[in-house]
Amino acid sequence: MLDTIRGSNLLTLADLSRDALVEVLDTAESFVEVNQRAIKKVPTLKGRVVASLFYEESTRTRLSFETAAKRLSADVLSLAVASSSVKKGESLRDTIATIDALGIDGVIMRHQSSGAAQQVSRYVPHVRVINAGDGLHQHPTQGLLDAFSVRQVLAQRRGTTGLESGSELFQGLRVLLVGDIRHSRVARSDIAAFCALGAEVRVAAPGTLLPDEIAQWPVTVSQNFDEALEWADVVGLLRLQRERGTGSFVPSLSEFTATYGLTVERARRLRPSTLIMHPGPMNRGVEIDSRVADLPAAIITRQVTNGVPIRMAVLYLTIAGSSVEVGQ
Amino acid sequence: MSSFLLRQGLVVGVSTFIGDVLVQDGQISEVAAHVEAPSGVKVIDATGCWVGPGFVDLHTHLREPGREAAETIESGARAAAMGGYTAIVAMPNTEPALDNVSLVSYVLDRGARTPIDVAVAGAITVGRHGELLAPLAEMAALGVRLFTDDGMGVQDSLLMRRALTYARPLGVRLAQHCEDDRLAAGGSMNEGVVSARLGLVGRPALAEELMVLRDIELVRLTGGAVHFLHLSTARSLALVIAARNEGLPVSGEVAPHHFTLDETACEDFDAVFKVHPPLRPVADVTALRSAMVAGLVDAVATDHAPHAPELKDLPFDEAPAGMLGLEHAAALTYEALGGQTSDPSQFFSLMSRGPARIAQLRAQDRPLRHGSHGGDLVAGDDANLVIFDPTIDWTVQREALQSRAMNTPYEGRTLHGRVRTTIAKGELVVHEGQLS
Repeated sequence: MLDTIRGSNLLTLADLSRDALVEVLDTAESFVEVNQRAIKKVPTLKGRVVASLFYEESTRTRLSFETAAKRLSADVLSLAVASSSVKKGESLRDTIATIDALGIDGVIMRHQSSGAAQQVSRYVPHVRVINAGDGLHQHPTQGLLDAFSVRQVLAQRRGTTGLESGSELFQGLRVLLVGDIRHSRVARSDIAAFCALGAEVRVAAPGTLLPDEIAQWPVTVSQNFDEALEWADVVGLLRLQRERGTGSFVPSLSEFTATYGLTVERARRLRPSTLIMHPGPMNRGVEIDSRVADLPAAIITRQVTNGVPIRMAVLYLTIAGSSVEVGQ
Repeated sequence: MSSFLLRQGLVVGVSTFIGDVLVQDGQISEVAAHVEAPSGVKVIDATGCWVGPGFVDLHTHLREPGREAAETIESGARAAAMGGYTAIVAMPNTEPALDNVSLVSYVLDRGARTPIDVAVAGAITVGRHGELLAPLAEMAALGVRLFTDDGMGVQDSLLMRRALTYARPLGVRLAQHCEDDRLAAGGSMNEGVVSARLGLVGRPALAEELMVLRDIELVRLTGGAVHFLHLSTARSLALVIAARNEGLPVSGEVAPHHFTLDETACEDFDAVFKVHPPLRPVADVTALRSAMVAGLVDAVATDHAPHAPELKDLPFDEAPAGMLGLEHAAALTYEALGGQTSDPSQFFSLMSRGPARIAQLRAQDRPLRHGSHGGDLVAGDDANLVIFDPTIDWTVQREALQSRAMNTPYEGRTLHGRVRTTIAKGELVVHEGQLS
């Protein structure tokens, strides 16, 4: 268990303590204000070089990370994998060695294989590696920004701030994750984060979309989706990962929608205060009805907005470690 | 040919006693508590060591032809000799696969030029594609006694039935890599709580057990003999043991990595720990070791699978499966049998006599093209011998291995017991832990 990510890699949320998580959320709070300024830039990582290495399609995560790095004044090397020598068969090891030879302090990495970020971290032990999603394994910054967004909304409702509330608002919070848990790195990171912060997590999914040995996870499996919706304070929907061959796991998309989609009818079971999250990109009409996605209870765009301060916090803590003060 | 007198080792023959073994002209000429050294004989002190029949590996991937960057017949044979092996069975999943007389002859001829005996397992099906039977009778005429599509089991039940019915009168044995390919789902480690946490697709134990069960029933139906390769779960081993107790012509091997490493080795996503069947939970590892100690396992086989370093640097799910085995199998078997409390005759049963029987390489099997192995250390046996020193501790260093590849999962691990001397085909191949 790590009690801080200062000066460390961020590969998974599974080995972070509550203190480590709260530190990231609190650090992100201080960057929210930066993002509201007219000039959205601080010199925190000036002179530092961060490479962004995306082997898998991504719009929001990549943009969000690169925006975060630039707002911290880091130089960003962006490797478009499709146009690089990776397409000529260059290995992960050689690619990272090449980038490292240019002189980098951190690498933000997205890869279709579970564990790829951890492998890279072995090749360049002097570079901080930030996992931006690896296969079915982890998507740490998504888990962090989900927790951050929930804390932010709950704190506002209580008339307090996230910073003041620490992990208090997560105690006993009822979080329901719905859909393709099996193939979801977001689910693995969300479960790690919310459980460590003190929340109670339930999952609801067709049997084929639950991970093996789910009984040994720190979650309960809902036997009744409708009841679970009434129970929940937060509902986290997951994208049905059609590109990962989810097709043979459920008979059809329409059957999935009929049984586990958040339809308008089902959304009526939610309490008015219940928050709806989705990591995007959404399959509107599959896991979530378009009208539900646009309800005020849905904090989907807030999640995107919060991605920037969370990633600023992660870049700052991992790369600058304890050597630089925020805002300097 | 050279003559050697192996002096005062623990001779593990029909009985076990401290004595001398005289080797002359490629054969054992005398075994006794004390043998006078004839003039000109090289005396090798074996005090404190075990002297027994050279090891036999039922499961070696030599990669030649096709992937010589990972291993060649020559480099694999050297690695085998260092590990105490005097005979190995080359697996047919080369490129192209060993599915016909000319390819089998190529490997046999190349093997004959190495210091040890290289037997060949032929493919069961053409190209190992699992569709058409390979010319088993023609290959059997060359001396091939084992056939396998290893890497992949024969998936088609009807084809497996026909192969067994066809193989039975030839006096050959089919060796199966048991994993139902559909159930294995392209997975890269054991299916369970660890794979679910790591986000890696799992290969369930059932994929192996189901095919073991199917093949036992096909043996019952056809009378053909099956050898079960690298049994990795408690249940598949129990199934094979029960079938053997019923008198069915089945045998089973276990691989060192399955009885020394468990699935948690995959937690760092280091593909050197990727192997098929995968590393299993601790309970299976323990069950395999208990069965070995209880004398219920026919053979230890390495599944020595060299891979070029760049392939093992691939992401875990993309990297090829397999790990090195030849040079540390004896020490790991010694450790699994209880180290200092292990029974030497059980050790040689697992490492030599059991596998020699399955490969039909014993004197009474009258092997074609090869000397005899796995004997009882009596005068007249071919001189294929090993001196194993149970007191040597050594640390595995991949750079120091004879194999061309470096994908050992034991890098940096201290092992107990090492081969000091290998005498193969009547010659001193390894002496004082060095290839001569």
